[in-house]
Amino acid sequence: MRQYLLSVHVVEGAPAPTDEEMQTVFRETGRINDEMQAAGAWVFGGGLTSPDSATVVRIANGTATMSDGPFAETKEHIAGFWVIKCADLDQALAWAEKCAAACGPVEVRPFDDLSQA
Amino acid sequence: MDLTDIYRAEYGRCVATLARLLGDINLAEEAVQDAFTTALQKWQTPPPNPGAWIVTTARNRAVDRLRRESTREARHAQALLLNQQDEPQEVGPVKDDQLRLIFTCCHPALAPDARTALTLRLLGGLEVPEIARAYLTSEATVAQRIVRAKKKIRDAGIPYRVPAEHELPDRLPPVLTVLYLMFNEGYTSTAGPLIDADLCTEAIRLARELAALMPDEPEVLGLLALLLLTEARRPARLDPTGKLVLLPDQDRSLWNRSLIAEGHDLVRRCLRRNRPGPYQIQAAISAVHTDGAATDWTQVLALYDQLLALTPTPIVALNRAVAVAEVHGPAVALAALADLDLPGYHRLPATRAELLVRLGRDAAARAAYDQAMALATNETERAFLHTRRAELTRTRRPS
Repeated sequence: MRQYLLSVHVVEGAPAPTDEEMQTVFRETGRINDEMQAAGAWVFGGGLTSPDSATVVRIANGTATMSDGPFAETKEHIAGFWVIKCADLDQALAWAEKCAAACGPVEVRPFDDLSQA
Repeated sequence: MDLTDIYRAEYGRCVATLARLLGDINLAEEAVQDAFTTALQKWQTPPPNPGAWIVTTARNRAVDRLRRESTREARHAQALLLNQQDEPQEVGPVKDDQLRLIFTCCHPALAPDARTALTLRLLGGLEVPEIARAYLTSEATVAQRIVRAKKKIRDAGIPYRVPAEHELPDRLPPVLTVLYLMFNEGYTSTAGPLIDADLCTEAIRLARELAALMPDEPEVLGLLALLLLTEARRPARLDPTGKLVLLPDQDRSLWNRSLIAEGHDLVRRCLRRNRPGPYQIQAAISAVHTDGAATDWTQVLALYDQLLALTPTPIVALNRAVAVAEVHGPAVALAALADLDLPGYHRLPATRAELLVRLGRDAAARAAYDQAMALATNETERAFLHTRRAELTRTRRPS
């Protein structure tokens, strides 16, 4: 079995979804979670709050410093993710297709060998 | 047959089979290369079935190598090998390891350019410089594409199997592109003899397999028809001294009648389905060229117009210009070539030169021939261009 990260990406400044649209997203992701669990593919997953709620921790000279905001200075942010396990990329892509239909663009990224041993 | 010929003929087949046995393409390539190195040392004369010898030797060498290694891939491959002591069971509708490997190499998760480069390398056994020519790109770029693609296949877990029925329509177009380029490389080889018949035969063999697997996909039939109709004209393409002969000057009695009949039959089947695509249109153009005693250029031009609308690439525009010259004259064709950008491709200046000759613009034609000769990599093509230029000097001395 291999493990894959399926991350959902949003672009900053894109029109915010309406409440009704969010309800649909929650309903659809809930259905996908159930399906993943039934198939034995689900490892973990969840939605994230907006990037401005993030804090970055760094160690400098043995001391931790905190800074407000996300690490990456980009307009694209991760809005949520799944970690799944399956046999190969084709299966991961099939799950990603369902996730993308519910949430928008999904990046599929394999975990390295050490993580899935 | 010497070892080089055997390598060319058997490399792809052996890698494909070893990839199935080992579950890893890099291990498969290493094992096959090991086996060929052993063959170089051991063979006085090649055994009756060199491919089988290579596969057996490669498998044994792989087992030895895997016993010494303890990586995850090695353990995985060893387990696979142990479970496959007998002839392995076939999976999916295709019994050909090479097809399975083609679908892996042409996986949509790989970059389009990487798919073709990888398939040509692994299945066609082409070397990097030959692939670079087929692409009109640099060798470093091709080498990097191949390395990255193999790494992604391994790291991302792209499976080694023929796609399920419902996946085939998405997975098919890149496979067709690959077979088309494989045939092209065979038909106009980068270096050495102009025609690498093995590569043409191999591309046609794989296209036939695909057509048998997917008889309802008109583009598969279209590609097969295109390859057959092009192959049919091969015997007339070189004169007895090995010089290139252009289509209008070819001895049509040398064309392969049975391949033409088969190709025409496929084109008719495509027409009945009425779902035109780039390969079907190109096959139809070839069908017009091989129909009757002379080419109906008006019909060819109409088909090129259709093709250009569907795939507006500079190569299609270049080929269309040849038909434009026949229907509307060389001046119109030359104007159509004016804005084309095909860096490094000798056929653009070569076509321009032919049109300039017909317009009586000899000095410009000579310059265009020089440009084409500087870019052409195949000796036969270069010789052809040289002859054309020399004829021009002889018949119409510059004043």
